[in-house]
Amino acid sequence: MRLNKIILSFVSALVILFSTSVVSFAKVVGDKIILGAAISLTGKYSSNGVHTQNGYNMAVDRINSMGGVKVGGKTYKFDIIYYDDESNPKRAAQLAERLISQDGVEFMLGPYSSGLTKAIAPVTEKYGVPMVEANGASRSLFTKGYKYLFAVLAPANLYLDVAIDLAVEKNNGKGVTVAMAFEQDAFSQDVRLGVLDAIKRTGSKKVIDDKLPKELNDMAATLVKVKQMKPDVLVVSGHTKGALTAIRQISEMKVDVPMLAMTHCDAAKLSKQHGKNSQYALCASQWHKTLTYKDDFFKDGMTYDADFTKEFGYAPPYQAAESSAALLVFKDAFERANSFDQKKVRDALAATNMQTFYGNIKFAPGGQNVDKPMVLFQVMCDDAGKCENKVVAPTKWASAKLIHPIPSWSKR
Amino acid sequence: MDFMVFQYPMISVQACLDGILLGILFALIAYGMALQWGVMNIINIAQGDLVILGGYIAYFMYLYGIHPAWGVIVAPVIMYFVGIAIYKLVINKVVDRDLFISILATFGISILFMQLMNFAFGADVVLANSDYGTTMLFNNNVVLPNSKIFSAFISILFAICLVIYMKKSKLGRAIRATAQNARAAKILGVDTEKVYAATFGINAALCGVAGALISITFTIHPYMGLPYTIRSFMIVIVAGLGNLPGVAMSGMGLGVFEEFADYILGTEFRIGSVFLLLVLILIYRRFKLSRKREYLK
Repeated sequence: MRLNKIILSFVSALVILFSTSVVSFAKVVGDKIILGAAISLTGKYSSNGVHTQNGYNMAVDRINSMGGVKVGGKTYKFDIIYYDDESNPKRAAQLAERLISQDGVEFMLGPYSSGLTKAIAPVTEKYGVPMVEANGASRSLFTKGYKYLFAVLAPANLYLDVAIDLAVEKNNGKGVTVAMAFEQDAFSQDVRLGVLDAIKRTGSKKVIDDKLPKELNDMAATLVKVKQMKPDVLVVSGHTKGALTAIRQISEMKVDVPMLAMTHCDAAKLSKQHGKNSQYALCASQWHKTLTYKDDFFKDGMTYDADFTKEFGYAPPYQAAESSAALLVFKDAFERANSFDQKKVRDALAATNMQTFYGNIKFAPGGQNVDKPMVLFQVMCDDAGKCENKVVAPTKWASAKLIHPIPSWSKR
Repeated sequence: MDFMVFQYPMISVQACLDGILLGILFALIAYGMALQWGVMNIINIAQGDLVILGGYIAYFMYLYGIHPAWGVIVAPVIMYFVGIAIYKLVINKVVDRDLFISILATFGISILFMQLMNFAFGADVVLANSDYGTTMLFNNNVVLPNSKIFSAFISILFAICLVIYMKKSKLGRAIRATAQNARAAKILGVDTEKVYAATFGINAALCGVAGALISITFTIHPYMGLPYTIRSFMIVIVAGLGNLPGVAMSGMGLGVFEEFADYILGTEFRIGSVFLLLVLILIYRRFKLSRKREYLK
């Protein structure tokens, strides 16, 4: 009797295992193109992981409702298999392996952050699985010779070099003095390299070059040095922690600096958390709703912003917008390849040259998008204390004039 | 290496004052750890996570329009009961076991707290604005945020209250008796189980106060607890158990050391320098003990 039970359980387990693997072991099931994504739904990147997932889902719904993807005279709809990578690179790599070898996924969407994309890229490359990613900006991703990695966003080294150019322009073309404070992670250090290049190119001078720890929550020492050295520009990149800590301590310590430029302002909800104290901060962003890029699916930035807000209840940060753009790129590539052959889709991705609501997309041989500049917005507040982010550079997209130099704290 | 801190005397003054104010706050967290370590012989790895939880209490008060400074009253009350609950659920099962078991248990609590806070409050870095302004000293050359001064003042106030409570109250005397000799205290009628629970509760309450102050002074995040645990551990190692003036001095010393390390070695070595100091002190202690042993032989 007992033996019968054991045999029955064993056979049932085998049947279940076999049936699930049969169902999932295909990249195109019926009229569905199944993409795979390991996303940080828990752990330290979970906020941005959710933005990424919302961006993907928004694009999937929109593309599917507007006719789907046409390949070989047949219409297909997108579907995504998600796994939670727990914000852990090792887990992300395991999940990529699982998506490809167990679930049979043949096309991947990227995770959130450069670190996790770095963990996944070798796996997708090994299996020749094209991956369009939207949240890994580290320059090192694009120098490894990956053939199947495509990033819709501008690389990290371009984040803050615009700020140095802007400061030089305001200084009548003469070099400026720059104080730098960057966290010690792949992304921030790449931003730093971009700033160093800009300093060299413009004949500027670096006066402070601090590396901030990952456990960063006190920048007082750096700011005391800034007070002493009086640089023309202070650039800070340390994810949301860096942006929040910098603004809190700059306002508390009354640090006067003509230009303050940083990253992750909108992820940090800078103007919401700090109000008027964040005024005049310049923030590097991949996207802003006022940019006038257009496409057939989301129309433009303003419409995307309104639709996203309606669906998810909050305004889309750029992490969501670029994630949506990744799906538009995949759709375009499938249709041009007119095939689900990975090699053909990869070649079609490499030949991408399109405009989306998020920006122009054209990939360099390394996989980075070379056709979309970064934008800088400045936090501007009215007398009632209501703050808004307004694009001030590049001039082509500017919706407000840069306020420079930043008024001293004694005059605010 | 950058010796700017010595070239400009005002930067040295700034570093010292920043370090002292920061150190007083560390000392409060460390005092809780020392108390609980001394009484229960437990090294609480979750100390920093209790601090962060206290910070979230103040932050949520701030979100609902209550000034976060009230967190220094509300957070310890809530955290006291959280502490009691942790004791009843986990700590009382490991309190008489060896130190390694208690380290493992509290390490587990630490991971659980991190994940629960991440699940409940999200992974965003947050802060509570106090709008306390700034104090300028020495012709505006030294700047002290009032939130840091407030934090130090409240920490000192709580430390004094606790010392008085430990000396004058019945429970305080019972705690001290249990710390000296738990078995003898039990024979003489002290309910050690109750004393252990109260001690863990008091420690959690102190963490709550410190957390509320940290949310006003710095930033909080579910995964930010460990550096506070390490600093407390370091302070207690230097000061020894049951030595409040020692804990205060050690806390301030560590604060000043961290600030100077930040200026001289760079911000990236700030926490690393604390680890290095910890290793050096442990080596020194071992060396001192071995000499003592030789002398006794």
